[in-house]
Amino acid sequence: MAAAIAMIFLVAPEDADQGISQKIFYFHVPIALTAYAGFGLGALKALLLLWKGGERYDLESYTAIHQGTIFGALTLLTGAIWAKASWGVWWTWSSNQLVLFLVLFLFYCAYFMLRFSIEPGARRERISAVYALFGVALIPVSFFAIRLANDFIHPTVFTREGPQMTDTMFAAFCVAWAAILALAYLMYRVELAGKRVDANLRELREVLSQ
Amino acid sequence: MSGYVADVVALARKDLRLELRARDTLPAMLLFVLSALAVFHFALPVGAGDDAAYGLLWVALVFTALLGLARAWAPERAGGVLDGLVLAPCDRSAIWLGKTIATLGFLVAAEIVALPAFALLFAPLDATAVAGVVLANVGICAVGSLLAAMAASSRARELILPLLFLPLSIPLVVGGVGSSISPEGGKYLAFLGLYDAVFAILSWASFEYVVTE
Amino acid sequence: MIRARGLEKRFGAKRALQGVTFELDPAATLLVTGPNGSGKTTLLRLLAGLAAPTRGQLEVDVERAELGYLGHEPLVYADLTALENLDLYGRLYRVPERRERTGMLLERFGLWEARNDRVASYSRGMTQRLALCRVLLHEPRLLILDEPFTALDEAGSELLDRELAALVGERTIVLSTHEPARVEKLATTVLALS
Repeated sequence: MAAAIAMIFLVAPEDADQGISQKIFYFHVPIALTAYAGFGLGALKALLLLWKGGERYDLESYTAIHQGTIFGALTLLTGAIWAKASWGVWWTWSSNQLVLFLVLFLFYCAYFMLRFSIEPGARRERISAVYALFGVALIPVSFFAIRLANDFIHPTVFTREGPQMTDTMFAAFCVAWAAILALAYLMYRVELAGKRVDANLRELREVLSQ
Repeated sequence: MSGYVADVVALARKDLRLELRARDTLPAMLLFVLSALAVFHFALPVGAGDDAAYGLLWVALVFTALLGLARAWAPERAGGVLDGLVLAPCDRSAIWLGKTIATLGFLVAAEIVALPAFALLFAPLDATAVAGVVLANVGICAVGSLLAAMAASSRARELILPLLFLPLSIPLVVGGVGSSISPEGGKYLAFLGLYDAVFAILSWASFEYVVTE
Repeated sequence: MIRARGLEKRFGAKRALQGVTFELDPAATLLVTGPNGSGKTTLLRLLAGLAAPTRGQLEVDVERAELGYLGHEPLVYADLTALENLDLYGRLYRVPERRERTGMLLERFGLWEARNDRVASYSRGMTQRLALCRVLLHEPRLLILDEPFTALDEAGSELLDRELAALVGERTIVLSTHEPARVEKLATTVLALS
């Protein structure tokens, strides 16, 4: 993580057009990709739950989606900062990535609402899993829809593609991505371990009270 | 196969019969969509143009569908009937398909009144726009009847359905509005067709998991 | 017919059922007893396949079409008539000579006069009789009856006594009750939950 930060600020050359504000690119895009990874992992575990069954997949799917949502919220935040720095506005509907993340953020917030309003048990595990699978189907469909919508909602589209990335910029980007992915995975393991301990404790308490 | 069709027909026909008897859902949907159109007249500033009206039409259609979907599983919930249907030897997806067809019937019935009313009061609708409505209806009811079954298992029930459904309806609104206002409407119809195929198959395959353990 | 070993059902951390083990052969009648909250309904829902055990093994050797389940709720549509409800289930279960069988059951359970009334207008006892008709409609090999005497008047209870007596030994029956005296003589096995 520290190496990534050093590389971003010390090694990678500054962008000619955007200057220092371009540095947020090294956070924004890896965070977004990490959020996708969280949603994808959540859906994969959901599929395993439906296919094989087992409480552990439910917990893993939920935790992965939780991390995905946290990083999704961070994507919106860093995207807003970048939009402010580059275009002078906090929000722009013409950034496909930001709009997609808004849709996904709303979708996965609904996932949590759904989950918390069903009694714990096998039914909840299955319903959550099915909704998580709808999420990964929604990502490409929404992506496509937002591209299509730009045709009639926004005649002019800001493009984010500046000059091509140089080798050092690309290396810094990859290191930053690896660092954020590793951070997300660590958070995933920690949350999962916490949740498992919690579940075991509750079960133990139940046994002791009998 | 013919057995599957017979099950679906029996289940959908039962929903239509229930609606004809209780008249809970369809009159509410009709009144809602007409009231919404009346509200839109006042929500659209002078000179807003037809495009804005088409956009609002789609908002009205989505919320009208939500009104119907929120009640979709109410008859089953009343006497625990969903357990009875799940225990019956029919394929579980037939339960979903029967409900999807029934809600589609109600939505189409509401639109048969709403679309001419819209054309009369706001802006004309061409064949592409109507085709967009038809294709979007399929997606709305296919996804909606599955999500409504999920919502029916939760404590929040009617409250949670719009939260589950609206993010999934955004691509449908894009396709629908695009088919109403874009000169290249065919592209949007193809997109709606794609959405229908993806989510109808997903809903068909996953319904069993929503109603069983 | 049924083999259950170490059945356990939890809802989150809450345990509804624990360590249930039994075997049942096709001619057996199992009586499940226990106080409120002892997990009778949970066990019967597991046996019917409406819920899955959290732990343990459960084998029930019948197809869905051969299972008749009577739950706490009647599992019929309140806004359909008795005839329409049974007709729908008859179609789904592919009952041969649906109309004759439906009419015969309604007659036997004293609902023929009320066959064209909506279930919503029925008394609780009549609804329970209709629920029993629904269970028996497709002549199931395995009957799972959760508190079948609930809401029945004396005539209804005697009717059900006779129906059960005719089925015992012919079919596999699992029934739960919190007042076992009425059916004790029919049972080949008793499972007391605590």
